[in-house]
Amino acid sequence: MLLEGNKKVGNWVVKVGLASCGIAAGGRKVWDALQTGLHNRGLNIELKQTGCMGMCYKEVLVEVSSPEGGQVFYGRVQPEQVERIVTEHLINGKPVTEWVISADEINSFMAKQKRIVLRNCGVIDPESLDDYLDAGGYKALEKVLGDMPPQQVIDEVTKSGLRGRGGAGFPTGVKWNLARKSPGSQKYVICNADEGDPGAFMDRSVLESDPHSVIEGMVIAGYAIGATEGFIYVRAEYPMAVKRLELALAQAKEKGFIGDNMLNYNFDFDISIRQGAGAFVCGEETALMMSIEGKRGMPRVRPPFPAQSGLWGRPTNINNVETFANVPWIIMNGANAYNIYGTEKSKGTKVFALAGKAARTGLVEVPMGIPIKEIVLEIGGGTSTGLAFKAVQMGGPSGGVIPASLADTPVDYESITQTGAIMGSGGLIVMDESSCMVDIAKFFLNFTQDESCGKCTFCRLGTLRMMEILERIAGGKGKEEDLALLEELARDVKRASLCGLGQTAPNPVLTTLKYFRNEYEAHIYEKKCQAKKCQALITYEIISDKCPGCGLCAKYCPADAISGKKKEPYSINTEKCIRCGLCMSTCRLGAITVH
Amino acid sequence: MAVETKVNSELSFATIDAITHKHNVQPGAVIPVLQEIQEAYGHVPPAAIERIAENMGVPASEIFGIVTFYAQFRLQPVGKNLVKVCHGTACHLNGAERVSKALTQAVGAEEGETSQNGKFTVERVACLGCCSLAPCVMLNGEAYGRLTPEAINKVVSQIQEKEKVPEAK
Repeated sequence: MLLEGNKKVGNWVVKVGLASCGIAAGGRKVWDALQTGLHNRGLNIELKQTGCMGMCYKEVLVEVSSPEGGQVFYGRVQPEQVERIVTEHLINGKPVTEWVISADEINSFMAKQKRIVLRNCGVIDPESLDDYLDAGGYKALEKVLGDMPPQQVIDEVTKSGLRGRGGAGFPTGVKWNLARKSPGSQKYVICNADEGDPGAFMDRSVLESDPHSVIEGMVIAGYAIGATEGFIYVRAEYPMAVKRLELALAQAKEKGFIGDNMLNYNFDFDISIRQGAGAFVCGEETALMMSIEGKRGMPRVRPPFPAQSGLWGRPTNINNVETFANVPWIIMNGANAYNIYGTEKSKGTKVFALAGKAARTGLVEVPMGIPIKEIVLEIGGGTSTGLAFKAVQMGGPSGGVIPASLADTPVDYESITQTGAIMGSGGLIVMDESSCMVDIAKFFLNFTQDESCGKCTFCRLGTLRMMEILERIAGGKGKEEDLALLEELARDVKRASLCGLGQTAPNPVLTTLKYFRNEYEAHIYEKKCQAKKCQALITYEIISDKCPGCGLCAKYCPADAISGKKKEPYSINTEKCIRCGLCMSTCRLGAITVH
Repeated sequence: MAVETKVNSELSFATIDAITHKHNVQPGAVIPVLQEIQEAYGHVPPAAIERIAENMGVPASEIFGIVTFYAQFRLQPVGKNLVKVCHGTACHLNGAERVSKALTQAVGAEEGETSQNGKFTVERVACLGCCSLAPCVMLNGEAYGRLTPEAINKVVSQIQEKEKVPEAK
């Protein structure tokens, strides 16, 4: 979506955002309405599908570019609105201003962003190789094959300062160099597209919106390290990403951008896709390789590192989707064009999936070093609820919470690690006062406990015991000793777990304890959940003078806990009530409250 | 993407053999084979495991270990409509539990179960990646976002209406 995008001056172009979010919001129906509308009016206007435009909170997004070069974005478009857009804007040249996203809002969202990884997302048609080529695609590959010896490619990537964007932040150039130096005639490149962090959708968006950028990055890596085969390991929960990747690979193969004797440069590289099968732990590189080898995804000890001994015991370079997507840009624009962004140790940009209670949820890319508060309050527009911004959660289940009081913290690997959280892969969840920190810790631990592969005792049992304590606390049965025990367990699990999953699983607990200990104490000593989230500690009540006795809530109550006579105030049986809150969200008169 | 809901069909060795044969050239192909088998049958029929083991030279116990390790694989058949409820972070914060309660009540199946009439299977997933439209649900491969208990009830009603008419499109 962009003011810096690819505009064809001289023609009308209408683009519809059709990545998973756009489609989930009803994008296909809008597309059909547009197609029919344009056809019925005999308009010869180009209608294009694009990927993720970034302003996901405004899906369905439709971009209209006029022949004079003007660009207008419609947000939350419904199929019924297409008629007026076609008549008033496309035919009569007058945008339907009440549906247009204001320039102010776009500016607030875009001004602090620098879109390198997302350069083509929302601009090109992800299913068109021609679009990718028009945008400068595969020129980096040609430059590399024609002009740059492998070591020079590695040096350029090293100089750029690019660090692994999957979360660990290991310097990419150094990793490639290790793989290059490892002896062996058969080497592999793997793209880790197993984006398992709940709340993260950066990789999904890139794969659905600009798959060729990842392919190009992988081929360049293969050339640099001396590999001839690559795998993209993508989650099965991303069917559209798989579909668009398959298409892109077929297109690239047809035109000789992958395959044998690529572009006549005597270099062979082929890529195949492997789908994940629903295991979060397979985002861990050694587990991922086990999975490709057809085994249970259980991690192993490192060293040896994949660069020395990886897939089938051979030197393997694994990078994240975002890391690869950076590579063609760095090659074309030079390392120095990349490392002017960011801080001394964290160069370049980072893509974040802004979600949770942010007013403007979506996909953003910012230079490293930007303070958290600028992302949350300026780009993200504060909270959607109007309640005070309380904390951000970064790094998914491996990350931690950072309270609003630390919102000045710059977003770079070192500064974030110092707070106790981690940068992570890019999930950035905004929380307001209605979020309970004990609940959040429990939520993440529940997840990691479920996903633990079971191989090592500390992770398998340690996380289970931690979760039992958290459930007790959230259930109003917390004991005085619980906090000390929780901390002790957390430290032990961190130290003794075999892989990153176990080593980071305690982070949400440790950070919430560090910054929001008072909430834990309130749950234990006062049996109180300030945020009114923990079900055992809240009660729902019908306010009699507001209740007209319509019976709607009783109809929806899954526990049959509401009763009453028509036209008389109803009441909730607190013994039967399961605290799901359905009644409160059903009642249109605000007659139900929660304590 | 092929919709993953298939009516229980006769277990065909011919089908299984074709799939294993296609993949047998690649090392580590057990997982893609299982994925295709599940796409064909809606689940991995336990009876198929022996045949796959025979064809691929992998012990049946190892295959069983793979099927039970990865959450994607089901040993039980699915209902006609597969609903995956997202319980990712953003969805959790924005009311996924309520949507889930409304859904399970409407279709008559808890998470991880199939309804008595075989029409719906409800599964719990960690994250569908549509976080900005939380809370989300994937129904028969299509994502629905910005859900409320009312909205999901509406979607379910629409499907239940269609189910009442035989051969409805």
